[in-house]
Amino acid sequence: MQFLLDNFWDLSVTGLTQGAIYALIALGYTLVYGVLRLINFAHSEVFVTGTFASIFVLHAFGLGSDDPVPSAGMVVLYIAAAAVGAMVASAATALVVERVAYRPLRRRNAPPLVFLISAIGASFAISEAFGVLVDRNNVRVPNLIEPQTQFHLFGASVNNRQLLIVAAAIVMMLCLDQFIRRTRLGRGIRAVSQDPDSAALMGVNKDRVIALTFILGGLMAGGAAVLYDLQFGVTRFNAGFVLGIKAFTAAVLGGIGNLRGALLGGLLLGLMENYGSAIIGSEWRDVVAFVFLIVVLMFRPTGILGESLGKARA
Amino acid sequence: MLLEISDLVVAYGRIQALHGISLTVSEGEVVTLIGANGAGKSTTMRAISGLRPVSRGSIRFDGQDLTHVRADLRVVRGISQAPEGRGIFPGMTVMENLEMGTYARRDRGNFRADLDRVFGLFPRLQERRTQVAGTMSGGEQQMLTIGRALMARPRLLLLDEPSMGLAPKLIQQIFSIIREINTQGTTVLLVEQNAQQALSVADRAYILETGSIVKEGTGRELLGDPAIKEAYLGVA
Repeated sequence: MQFLLDNFWDLSVTGLTQGAIYALIALGYTLVYGVLRLINFAHSEVFVTGTFASIFVLHAFGLGSDDPVPSAGMVVLYIAAAAVGAMVASAATALVVERVAYRPLRRRNAPPLVFLISAIGASFAISEAFGVLVDRNNVRVPNLIEPQTQFHLFGASVNNRQLLIVAAAIVMMLCLDQFIRRTRLGRGIRAVSQDPDSAALMGVNKDRVIALTFILGGLMAGGAAVLYDLQFGVTRFNAGFVLGIKAFTAAVLGGIGNLRGALLGGLLLGLMENYGSAIIGSEWRDVVAFVFLIVVLMFRPTGILGESLGKARA
Repeated sequence: MLLEISDLVVAYGRIQALHGISLTVSEGEVVTLIGANGAGKSTTMRAISGLRPVSRGSIRFDGQDLTHVRADLRVVRGISQAPEGRGIFPGMTVMENLEMGTYARRDRGNFRADLDRVFGLFPRLQERRTQVAGTMSGGEQQMLTIGRALMARPRLLLLDEPSMGLAPKLIQQIFSIIREINTQGTTVLLVEQNAQQALSVADRAYILETGSIVKEGTGRELLGDPAIKEAYLGVA
């Protein structure tokens, strides 16, 4: 307990950094759930694809895992290129999953459980593809950022990497929020989430909206993947498993189907994990996360913010 | 002929909901389809707007075959439906709901004029334009579904039980608005349980019983028909 109190702000900064990555991935679960009422369990592999894609991009630039950190100007270029590569790869993977694993089932009016099996199958297939074709061990990310303390916040040191991760996550979420609220296609997504039949009557092409939500979720997961690579310096073919479950937890925690809920759920989950493991030991990190989820659901079964996109649906 | 339905069969699984109905709507008419609960009125509407697949028969609109055209493309052709009950987007404001009505339109030029027309018909919607639609009363939501359908500038407006669940005074108001919409040049196909009101407003009417059309005529004729009086108007 004393450790928590002594290090409260340091733990908060670490928790928010972790939570920002959870939140970006959680958005993908929540977007797809909003329009399809389906948990896309292959979303964790959409994320993993991004973590590998950004490494491939960096390798293509000739960066090796043991090379020293490049100059500042080049780092910006490399990170931007890795981000573009990861986001494109993740979005493409998400779209392929929708076309191959879900759309044919939708055409045949398959029951929800069949979608679930298909989702799990797609998840294993992609994960194992990386395991077999790339490596079954950890794959290291070239060094791009040497963490340096930038300033102190209530006595907690904040480094450049944490700043970058939180700032990038916030910018991506703001862009997504504006897209959904201001653009015509964004309104189409909201319409299908709230009432699919009425949306069709307004002329919304449901298939196009579904494809779009997979792409948006993939873009967010790709962004999260680059930030993950920068933070941990290593990825693995099955890195999506626990992280995907955590992000899914974050989405449920905030209220699945609710974009702001995903943000709030992700950040809270990151914080709670760090506080919890400071009190009872870091080996309990995952236990803390899920106990927190269960406690919240006991009092608010629809999550903290509720299911706002889909409310009042019969 | 604007809308021409012939021998339409719609089935839910093995259960047939419509056993081959035929009906027509001409440009400028108000046509009503009357029937009890479960007669197949809403199924007919859903088949016309494309939400329900058709097993047999055809739907032609303005001379073109629509039978297997996707629902979202029928809006572009000029059919707009105000769905039964509360088919609004509950999490959007009144304005956002109305904007959704123009989703399929290529020309946004006269958005303002269309909005003024809808607000002219439903002043209440103008007062409530920033309110989240899901928090409005049933009558207001009903007005919103009609207003939203009009924003698509349809050639044919499908109204599915617009009077359902409304207070008598509001029902009067809705029917006089339907008449006004028609006077402004929109063809209307109206599905109703409230036969008295629907027949008074309609040029022609069809009576639907358990999936088949059993009678048709002008609104006036059917209002005076003893069998109709007994079955639908509550007069012996």
